[in-house]
Amino acid sequence: MADTMQFDLVSPERRLVSVPVREVRLPGTDGDLTAMPGHVPTIVTLRPGLVTVVGADGSQTEFAVTGGFVEISADSVSLLAERGHPREEMTQAVYNDMMAEARRRHQAVEGKRDSVGEDVVTAAVKLLADMEALGTHVGLDPNQSTVPA
Amino acid sequence: MPSLKDLKNRIGSVKNTRKITKAMQMVAAAKLRRAQDAAEAARPYADRMAAVMAGLTANAAGSASAPRLLAGTGADRKHLLVVMTSERGLAGGFNSTIVKLARQHADRLRGEGKEVAIMTVGKKGREQLKREYGSLFVNHVDMSEVKRVGYDNARAIADDVLDRFEAGDFDVATIFYNRFESVISQVPTARQIIPAEMPEGEAAGGASALYDYEPGEEAILADLLPRSVATQIFAALLENAASEQGARMTAMDNATRNAGEMIDRLTTEYNRSRQAAITKELIEIISGAEAL
Repeated sequence: MADTMQFDLVSPERRLVSVPVREVRLPGTDGDLTAMPGHVPTIVTLRPGLVTVVGADGSQTEFAVTGGFVEISADSVSLLAERGHPREEMTQAVYNDMMAEARRRHQAVEGKRDSVGEDVVTAAVKLLADMEALGTHVGLDPNQSTVPA
Repeated sequence: MPSLKDLKNRIGSVKNTRKITKAMQMVAAAKLRRAQDAAEAARPYADRMAAVMAGLTANAAGSASAPRLLAGTGADRKHLLVVMTSERGLAGGFNSTIVKLARQHADRLRGEGKEVAIMTVGKKGREQLKREYGSLFVNHVDMSEVKRVGYDNARAIADDVLDRFEAGDFDVATIFYNRFESVISQVPTARQIIPAEMPEGEAAGGASALYDYEPGEEAILADLLPRSVATQIFAALLENAASEQGARMTAMDNATRNAGEMIDRLTTEYNRSRQAAITKELIEIISGAEAL
């Protein structure tokens, strides 16, 4: 069995990464998981978090992604993220932007709690919490972004 | 018969026009390349999304619990038409063809006694549809501030459409845009986005059985359907942007060529009248001399 597989990280606007890798650690909605060559074909949705990619030479690269899903097959991993940034590019400004969006969504959903149902509100709260955790993890302050009223 | 001075002015002004159309053509050509690159760059995401969706929908379509975005509301009474046009004119038939197609759809649906609501993206379509269908407008998305179409723009439109769907404002949503075939050919296209159209061919359905889904298939589908709507709108916006530049390029190419022909014609006329004037003067001098 080959010891590497193809990893693609694509956002709606462009293909961000396409490299051979040894393993990919993913923040799945139901819990983290690691994909390695020969993984059973799986489709997993993601929560906002860090994706760690271990390259063919053992080097590790990290990407911050917000939501999306991954298609894993035996010899490839395709990550479709709404937004994806290499960790080095995760500045406070980019993060503020993400936080602001998560907060806006949360507020919007909270406003119509009665019509959309409890599940949707819970999902938005969880998204916000995940987003905060992501910021804390990479050393950015989640409280700097402000939501326009 | 215009005077020589008039002709000269005329030639001058047509030459200026030609310079402008030529410049616009070159700007459109540059922008077209960028728009095409953007459309190309967005393709991997859209393709993957479509492939995964095809597998999921094939499985879910039959079940009674299929989400409404996929199965529809069960009614076919209220239609939302999302008409995507450009912010600027001088692009040949670009806007008119989309508007014409949208108008045909609207008329047909109204003829069948259905309710029609129209959402416009881009100023030109709004202007053309306003007089006849102004009362049907539900929203307008202004793209004049948008230099490059981003996924955020598509998301905003998709969110609005989805909100209206959740609120029960419509049963079926269709987007109208120009599909980019080539620089000289753009095809006005109507595409139904809600409920999601089933992909033809069951090959995709077979492949999906091989996948494990985490969380469950239905949860993933519920998560992906809104994203898929946004992706389709994004793809349409990009195609439209490329088509607009293509149409403008062709239109301006024609305009430049027409201006060239006009200049040639006017120059010939100018030279003829000048020659005629000279001949006339010579005849006057000669006959004057002979009379002496």
